[in-house]
Amino acid sequence: MKLSGGDLLLRALKEEGVKFIFGYPGGAALHIYDSIFKQKACDHILVRHEQGATHAADGYSRATGKPGVALVTSGPGATNAITGLATAYMDSIPLIVISGQVQSHLIGTDSFQETDMIGISRPIVKHSFIVQNTKDIPRIIQEAFHIATTGRPGPVVIDIPKDKTDPTKLYEYKKPKEVSLRSYQPRILPHPGQIKKACKNILSAERLVIYAGGGVILGNAHKELIALNKLLKAPVTNTLMGLGVYPARDKYFMGMLGMHGTYQANMAMHNADVIIAVGARFDDRITNTPSLFAPNARIVHIDVDPASISKIINADIPIVGQVKESLNALIKEIKRSKIKIDTEALESWNKQVAQWREKHGLDHDLYLQETKSEMILPQVVVQELYHVTNGNAWVTSDVGQHQMFVAQYYHFNKPRRWVNSGGLGTMGFGLPAAMGVKLAYPKDEVVCVTGEGSIQMCIQELSTCLQYNLPIKIININNEALGMVRQWQDMNYGGRHSASTYSDSLPDFVKLTESYGHIGMKVTKKVDLKKTLEKAFSLKDRLVFVDVYVDPNEHVYPMLVAPNGSMKDMWIKKNVKA
Amino acid sequence: MKRIISILIENKPGALARVVGLFHQRGYNIETLNVGPVFDGSYSRMTVTTRDSENDVEQITKQINKIIDVIKVSDLTDGEHHEYEFILVKFKHNEKIQKILKKLNGKIHEKYKHAIVMSAWGTSSDIEIAIKGIRKANLLEIVRSGSIGLHDGEKVLKI
Repeated sequence: MKLSGGDLLLRALKEEGVKFIFGYPGGAALHIYDSIFKQKACDHILVRHEQGATHAADGYSRATGKPGVALVTSGPGATNAITGLATAYMDSIPLIVISGQVQSHLIGTDSFQETDMIGISRPIVKHSFIVQNTKDIPRIIQEAFHIATTGRPGPVVIDIPKDKTDPTKLYEYKKPKEVSLRSYQPRILPHPGQIKKACKNILSAERLVIYAGGGVILGNAHKELIALNKLLKAPVTNTLMGLGVYPARDKYFMGMLGMHGTYQANMAMHNADVIIAVGARFDDRITNTPSLFAPNARIVHIDVDPASISKIINADIPIVGQVKESLNALIKEIKRSKIKIDTEALESWNKQVAQWREKHGLDHDLYLQETKSEMILPQVVVQELYHVTNGNAWVTSDVGQHQMFVAQYYHFNKPRRWVNSGGLGTMGFGLPAAMGVKLAYPKDEVVCVTGEGSIQMCIQELSTCLQYNLPIKIININNEALGMVRQWQDMNYGGRHSASTYSDSLPDFVKLTESYGHIGMKVTKKVDLKKTLEKAFSLKDRLVFVDVYVDPNEHVYPMLVAPNGSMKDMWIKKNVKA
Repeated sequence: MKRIISILIENKPGALARVVGLFHQRGYNIETLNVGPVFDGSYSRMTVTTRDSENDVEQITKQINKIIDVIKVSDLTDGEHHEYEFILVKFKHNEKIQKILKKLNGKIHEKYKHAIVMSAWGTSSDIEIAIKGIRKANLLEIVRSGSIGLHDGEKVLKI
């Protein structure tokens, strides 16, 4: 049977296993929307803004490991998808964005709703396609999914001129049996010589640290990471993107590292003699000043992307390969090696880490403390949330102080449970991302922890949540200010709060939520926090927005001292350096 | 130092823009750029010259290699190599310019009443020296092909 371009597209998506398309229709995409109407394999989720479509598809992808799909129209539809593309690109998330384009003969004429989507998105996609022949659509979809999900994953754009989905022009559905791209063959297996070298270095370490990032989640290698540390018994730290890949409640886990990492994780990194970096990219929010980074450490760096290796910090033993295969090879090599790890040295190293934790570690029992103040600490909101959800929720967040508090205080014991925009730092990500997660796991608890700043960037998606009955829980940590901006202004700009406050003009979030057909709750007193959260989570089939007013003066600590600081240089609390 | 980067890339629309865009995006500069389809025309050979430290050039080649349309990348300056550049010059009648260009395999293509068109080729550094030697007053137009290069010996860049 011959199919139109739109039908070819939908069939190709079905064959890739796509369950949801997050999108927003418009002129150039209307043929495709008609094809969507006529099929049942993919559900279309109508968002309220294309940014929401990309974040929802991204959230779905982060939670499931399968690529999320967004569909937008040309022009403003395409440009509205840009923030979501950049968000996915920075965190290496497999995301497919299909954009309608004006008809081929109108391209380049400044026609209505025309924009050069391929050009605009070029620096923030792994790859992009423009459909020139309708019959190529199945092959292009196949290649796009292959590219998005293999090697270092990333977003792919497919731009389709309207005439290529013309319902009157029909084609045979044909695609190759498998993808074959002569210019793209990502490395899977690590070099055995490098594995041997790495093993030798690791086993002769006395102050070993495992520093694991989002790449371990993307590479589905958390079991291998745990297995590796069963052998090594070294302290482990996770990046913001890696949280959950090593169980937070494991005794070797030090917490997150970097800008707002724990004291013990940053101290361990600085004092290590060997660091195993796995699926992490030595981001500037980790290393602080690169020339002062871990002065005595030899670096073993495992990554699927050779360009991530020795980009910021020189790797002594680079290992290019899939994380899973590389860790398996390393485990095997360690098991058969004649060198035995110095357990005594490592034991005293672990003791040193415990001392650091004792000295300046995070207080996870803040919620139990009796204080005179009625004010709620933002950290306590996260701690109560952790206990109310038994640590089992899928948690999305936006960007700022609340994001850091979740990263510090919600103990993620499983990978993928923590969904946040780490690389780009996109405010507005949390709510739509939570929609994607909830669609993937409708029976599980999905929470969006946000702030009154971030939530207003994509708040229109509350309407989408009503339409598709997505009973997520939104915890709004409300400090009536752009908290992280204000923290920097407090610390670096003499407390001049330039454009970071708006307490007189905030909406009534309870009424706002109710107007969208959901339930709103407001908490201002500490005594009400726990029971309000419990009540919110007892309403299983309703979206509940809990607006929690917190102490506006709280800062996030620890915080690396910059500029010209190393990882050992931290603010531990207000005006106190370690 | 000057780096000559040789690239094999799919001859597809937008492929060149991906390479050029990457240089800007990653903060590298392009000094010269030459590109054209080779063999069956399904792919192009590209030569880019840039000035960077050794560390940077490794990052540049790695980043270029990540472009999906790029098949192979090599830093020719990593070893012995051949490198030439071709120029076309239009100038007012002038013996000195003719002499300079003749030394660089110069060839007169056309002579007009008030102008001469000559071609020349040589290593980029010879071309640079030659251009500096030509007095601007007599020069009407000059166009450079940008460096093109190959590895020395039997080493080749191929699919």
